[in-house]
Amino acid sequence: MTDCLLTGVGGQGIVFASKLISQTAMRQGRKVRTAETIGMAQRGGSVVSHVRIGEDDYSPLIAKKHADLIIGFEPSETVRVIDYLKSDGAVVVNNQGVQSISAALTGDEYEVGTALDYLSSLPIRLVVCDGWRLCREVQNSKVLNVALVGAAAAAGALDMSIAELSETIRAIAPSRFIDLNIKALEIGAKGVKE
Amino acid sequence: MAQKTAFLMGNQAIAHGALAAGITVAAGYPGTPSSEIIETIAKNNTERIHVEWSTNEKAALEVASGASFAGARTLVTMKQVGLNVASDPLMSLAYIGIKGGMVVVVADDPGPISSQTEQDTRTFAQYSKLPVFDPSSPEEAYEMIFDAFELSEKYHTPVLLRPTTRVCHGYAQVQLREAEIHVPTGFSKDPKWVIFPRLSYENHKAIEVRNPKIGEEFSSYGKNFIEGTGRLGIACGGISYAYVKEALKEFSAEITLFKVSTPFPFPDALALEFLAQVEEVLVIEELDPVIERALIALCGSNKVESRIHGKLDGTTEFSGEQSTETAAELIAQLLGEASSSLDVEEDLTTTARGDIPVLPIRPPSLCAGCPHRAAFYAVKQAAKGHKAVFSGDIGCYTLGNTPPLDMVDTCLCMGAGITQAQGLHIVEPDALNFAFIGDSTFFASGMTGIVNAVYNQTDITVIILDNSTTAMTGGQAHPGTSKTLMGTTSPHISLEEVLTSLQVGLVLTDNPLDLASSISTVTEAMNFEGVSAVVFKAPCVQLFKTALRAVVDLDKCTGCKRCIHQIGCPALVLGAGKVVIDDSLCNGCGLCLSLCNFSAISLTGGVCS
Repeated sequence: MTDCLLTGVGGQGIVFASKLISQTAMRQGRKVRTAETIGMAQRGGSVVSHVRIGEDDYSPLIAKKHADLIIGFEPSETVRVIDYLKSDGAVVVNNQGVQSISAALTGDEYEVGTALDYLSSLPIRLVVCDGWRLCREVQNSKVLNVALVGAAAAAGALDMSIAELSETIRAIAPSRFIDLNIKALEIGAKGVKE
Repeated sequence: MAQKTAFLMGNQAIAHGALAAGITVAAGYPGTPSSEIIETIAKNNTERIHVEWSTNEKAALEVASGASFAGARTLVTMKQVGLNVASDPLMSLAYIGIKGGMVVVVADDPGPISSQTEQDTRTFAQYSKLPVFDPSSPEEAYEMIFDAFELSEKYHTPVLLRPTTRVCHGYAQVQLREAEIHVPTGFSKDPKWVIFPRLSYENHKAIEVRNPKIGEEFSSYGKNFIEGTGRLGIACGGISYAYVKEALKEFSAEITLFKVSTPFPFPDALALEFLAQVEEVLVIEELDPVIERALIALCGSNKVESRIHGKLDGTTEFSGEQSTETAAELIAQLLGEASSSLDVEEDLTTTARGDIPVLPIRPPSLCAGCPHRAAFYAVKQAAKGHKAVFSGDIGCYTLGNTPPLDMVDTCLCMGAGITQAQGLHIVEPDALNFAFIGDSTFFASGMTGIVNAVYNQTDITVIILDNSTTAMTGGQAHPGTSKTLMGTTSPHISLEEVLTSLQVGLVLTDNPLDLASSISTVTEAMNFEGVSAVVFKAPCVQLFKTALRAVVDLDKCTGCKRCIHQIGCPALVLGAGKVVIDDSLCNGCGLCLSLCNFSAISLTGGVCS
């Protein structure tokens, strides 16, 4: 059974990433339940998506302290949901922060470094991804979501291979984005191995 | 034929269920969490089905009722707040009844996650005397659609299906059935379709006889069941059943579980069987104590001595959602155990994990480049120095209340901004009263308020934010967009012509992204005595993408932050004391260009920097 939580800020492609994971699990013949907990505004707000792979799940939501994996698209959003992680769970996190409008208004910007330091201080399996470098390598800022899934798979936290995920991308992504997404997946995976 | 499995969102499951159940008509008004049902039907339409976004929920229900009178199976969708709008035809339809099966899906939003209220449609079912199904998962929602249509036709009554957000927006594998075909038999003239007082009296009597019968039938309905054994019992329904099942994995104690899938009419006989097995009952349900009250009433009328715990004795909360964690905590309490592994008090962060850093607050906000931001800003500038009240409405533009805009002083329900402005103006005629409303909302329930304003000779300025879509619910078409869900093009219904024909004294149109022109347009409208309107036209940035991006010349930017403090656009961020544009967010609306006193911002073709 794998309980996976994806989190970040609206507009980062979290829904597609959760679709990629759940469709791959289904292709493996596993049972999946997911829930997108999107807020009033999908833009600018905190977004969390629950993906549950397992036979005896009832609730679409993962209970606190039960997530095997958190894929964090943004450091502070990852800290916000850290209560969901199992004691021996893994976290794959993008190191780029997204500032909020209230922060811009007050000039009270949050320190991305503090959030990452906090995550590093926890006795958990942590993989930090350099999101900016990943996107630059693919030359597209919209594929961070797929790169992070690639990183999670390479870290062995998802129970699915890059080849299996690529298959799913071929099946679900619009044709003009297939190659781009597969490249992002591979670069994400490579980033973890290096 | 092998059964086909599909991975569906709860709302898609409901749509596919309705398609397979042979509907002829589907009508609704968008509202989170219900919107995807109609969209899925439109996408999978075989041209046999009439599917429409109606102008509002009342219209949707009335269209469907007509089709049902002619024998068609019909589906109507809305959210819980929309049911208030549709309650007028619904209450009468409950008395008159229907011919072709009619399922009214009303999605509830405990939390609430995206709503004005936490009202419970199960209570509305009791009030309107209509049967209601309460699914606990997307799979069950799919199955229940067939059961609901069958029940509807058997008893000639509309039937409610009430999924909640976690069912509507959860995904699961659903076993699809083969499609049924229902050919409408046509309308037969009969006095029974005309609601006269005498008929209502007779029908009311019949309903009160019928409902206990349905309750009896529900006692043997497969989705109402008792499982497990033990003198401690849990009763639950809807998504709470999923949370309870999940939480029970943590406990080894014997518990008798009663799942209520049809909270009204209540399956009394089955409930009495359950009560006979247990001494103490914990009811876990979201919002109103519907199951709890039914059980207490049964205990009273049948001299059963089970103790019932729930909302009424303070064991559970009246408001908000349940969860696996709250269910586990309640079960632990019931068992007299200290805690379970799901105890939320002792968590990762409060044990040996040190202090959690301060996290940024992320309030929902208008998108970068949203034309509404520009329109609000223009009105704010025009009204500067005047006593002015800004009445808001339901839609993306409700977010005009966030700083630094602060442009929503009131917000009640769809269409109320226009009428509230009138009320405010009666009491304080020395103030300028502005009402903001979107294009879709204007057609849904704004026009009546305009007629009232003109007729009663008030002096207000209505600002119509026309972004050519129903943006907040995901970009649905409406009467002003000329597009229908049948794939056809309709005559364009012009906001300006509607306003003019409703005798609005001054009707102006402008592009909100042209700041100087917009300010003078608003000034002209607010100085007009009587009802005036400004239609601000610019498309939603989510639907109509441009390649333009703003760029800041860092040599010219002084870091004064005027742009940020005036409009609070999410794409304007600080970097090393200067303003920089977040490329991934900017939509190149250009509003910030007109705010910079140093001409430091310009537009480019949109190449990523």
